Amino acid sequence: MKPRILELRKAVLDKNDRIAQDLRARFEAAGVFVVNLVSSPGAGKTALLEETIRRLRAHNWRVAAIVGDLATENDARRLARSGAPVRQIETGGLCHLEAELVARQLEGWTLEELDFLFIENVGNLVCPSDYDLGETLRAVLLSTPEGEDKPSKYPPMFHSADAVVLTKMDLAEATRFDRASAVAHIQAIAPHAVLFETSARTGEGIDRWIEFLVARRWEAVTATSAALA
Amino acid sequence: MHELSIACNLVEIVEEAARAAGAARVTRVQLRLGDLAGVVEEALRFSFPVAARGTLAEGAELAIEHVPVRVVCRQCLVAQTLTPPFVFRCSTCGALDVQFLQGRELQVESIEIEENHAGEDNDETAYP
Repeated sequence: MKPRILELRKAVLDKNDRIAQDLRARFEAAGVFVVNLVSSPGAGKTALLEETIRRLRAHNWRVAAIVGDLATENDARRLARSGAPVRQIETGGLCHLEAELVARQLEGWTLEELDFLFIENVGNLVCPSDYDLGETLRAVLLSTPEGEDKPSKYPPMFHSADAVVLTKMDLAEATRFDRASAVAHIQAIAPHAVLFETSARTGEGIDRWIEFLVARRWEAVTATSAALA
Repeated sequence: MHELSIACNLVEIVEEAARAAGAARVTRVQLRLGDLAGVVEEALRFSFPVAARGTLAEGAELAIEHVPVRVVCRQCLVAQTLTPPFVFRCSTCGALDVQFLQGRELQVESIEIEENHAGEDNDETAYP
């Protein structure tokens, strides 16, 4: 027996990364803008999504959603009321979504017939940060009752955010939410992220969020067609 | 707690490479782990032997090299290492405009294997 060293230099999540890259290529080719929504449980992903889908559909955008939870189809039922096609992934205990789970849900959907696809991840600020789902944009939500320093407590997740969405701004006063402190914590971890302050209940800040999504989609689509030209 | 699923991915990669190389067993796995990888070392060390049970990696040592978070300031171009609690602000000029360089790594660098006896000792000769 002689020991030998094999150089591998391979990402541990290589399999997920490859599937995610394939998904991203499919999404780009089909012109669908994909948003991965992540937050702790109860931060208001579904409420923000309901409002987002409602507004986008009111402007004739074609929207679909995939929602992940450990169990139940409650969120899918809530979102389906918007009239958009919705699919539920019951992870059966898995604490995050993986690219393969998303790929499986896409069967039967014609991506070319969609403008936006929202993936509501499992409520968890730790595990989903490592799993690329092929999304175009990752939005991390932080609700006002959770505390201003959440971004500093969960740096990998917040650092991976393209956008940070403060939710439940209508509760800011009741929870004595310190906006300046929250913004400072977000900027310390994710200076690159675009910040939104919203309330799905009152509609505060939702217009700006919708405008941002539409503008980013436009940028992504024109970048893809320029690359193909 | 996704370290068990990460450990399973790790063992899968290690075993595939070890099998392809005709290894009898894996004695060491060298991993690069970024400080911002979102993986807890203790949980991974706990999960690895569980995931490795019954595979060529059973009993292998898990060696972990930590990769610090490094950024470069886009304003003053000074590269710097960050330590927890992470603040992505330039320590030289104070700008909140730093480019991320490294620190999210979760990568198998290498494995150490013990090989089967070479050539004539190969017990795969039983196939017709």
